[in-house]
Amino acid sequence: MALKAEHEIHKRRFSRNLGVGLVLAGFVALVFGLSVVKITNIGPIQGFDHVVRPELTEPAE
Amino acid sequence: MTDIHATAFEKEAGFGDYFALLKPRVMSLVVFTALVGLLVAPVPVHPVVTLSSILFIAVGAGASGALNMWWDADIDAVMKRTAKRPVPSGKVTADEALAIGVALSGLSVVMLALATNFLAAGLLAFTIFFYVVIYSMWLKRWTPQNIVIGGAAGAFPPMIGWAVATGGISVESVLMFALIFMWTPPHFWALALFMRADYDTAGVPMLTVTHGRRVTRNHVLVYTAFLVPVALGLAFTSIGGPVYLAVALVMNALFLKGARDIWRRDETQAEADGYRTEKRVFRLSLYYLFLHFGALLADAALRSFGLGAW
Repeated sequence: MALKAEHEIHKRRFSRNLGVGLVLAGFVALVFGLSVVKITNIGPIQGFDHVVRPELTEPAE
Repeated sequence: MTDIHATAFEKEAGFGDYFALLKPRVMSLVVFTALVGLLVAPVPVHPVVTLSSILFIAVGAGASGALNMWWDADIDAVMKRTAKRPVPSGKVTADEALAIGVALSGLSVVMLALATNFLAAGLLAFTIFFYVVIYSMWLKRWTPQNIVIGGAAGAFPPMIGWAVATGGISVESVLMFALIFMWTPPHFWALALFMRADYDTAGVPMLTVTHGRRVTRNHVLVYTAFLVPVALGLAFTSIGGPVYLAVALVMNALFLKGARDIWRRDETQAEADGYRTEKRVFRLSLYYLFLHFGALLADAALRSFGLGAW
């Protein structure tokens, strides 16, 4: 008797695992895409970087 | 040996059974109307944001479908139309349906809030709550007006789409809501007229069961008459246009005539020709909704080329 006989149930379980895997991968790709769009839409971002950067200060009225 | 094990696993679910929990056919209508609501709005939305928000709205709708199947498993098992759903057929347990429904509801609302704005996410959350608690748990088994008020749940998607784009609510989005809301009762009652045995055996108080088929026929005509001004009114808002007006005139005339045909018949005539008119009007009602929203999309496309605006 072949120990590795492939029963139909194994195929069904594989399809389930594959489906969940693809859905999760798609979700990760979607969140990544959303992040890229959201961040690039804000425009250039600068923060304090240990040196004085005059362009970050509010212009004097 | 293998045979003994095989019977134990016979009913184990595949991926498709879990997908079926999300009511893919209802979902396709939600995707279409939400997408139209989003695209006809005067504010452009980035394609990636469009794709993700429509997806999250669809997942939210699917989650409410799963919760509905968890709650209604007893009714579904009795009705022929729904007996093959994953829970009554024994492929997925009711607990699993509950878990998937709750998890996907939370996920879809949170993700829609992050991807777009809190109004759209709030509307999605309210839609899920309305469909599961107000409709499934409360009204469906309690009043013959279940279809009328429950139809609100199906009417929210274009409003959510509009809120994704504009962050607000306006006459246009309320009228799109009203169009689906008023369309639902005649659509479902036409179905209930020719799917007669099902609701009777399940004990769901459909109008056909509680007040009889004559009253249902009257209701179809009256609700269709109230639907017509809503559908035509939408033509004269900022999202209406010549394509929509033409489609609305033709489809409303046909639908009103169909409703009148249903109203003029009695059961003997209907049984004699196997509910031909009722089935025809039911099919017509599907085209009715699809064409109205398709026409809104067509007018939005024309406007983007500088054509056809009022």
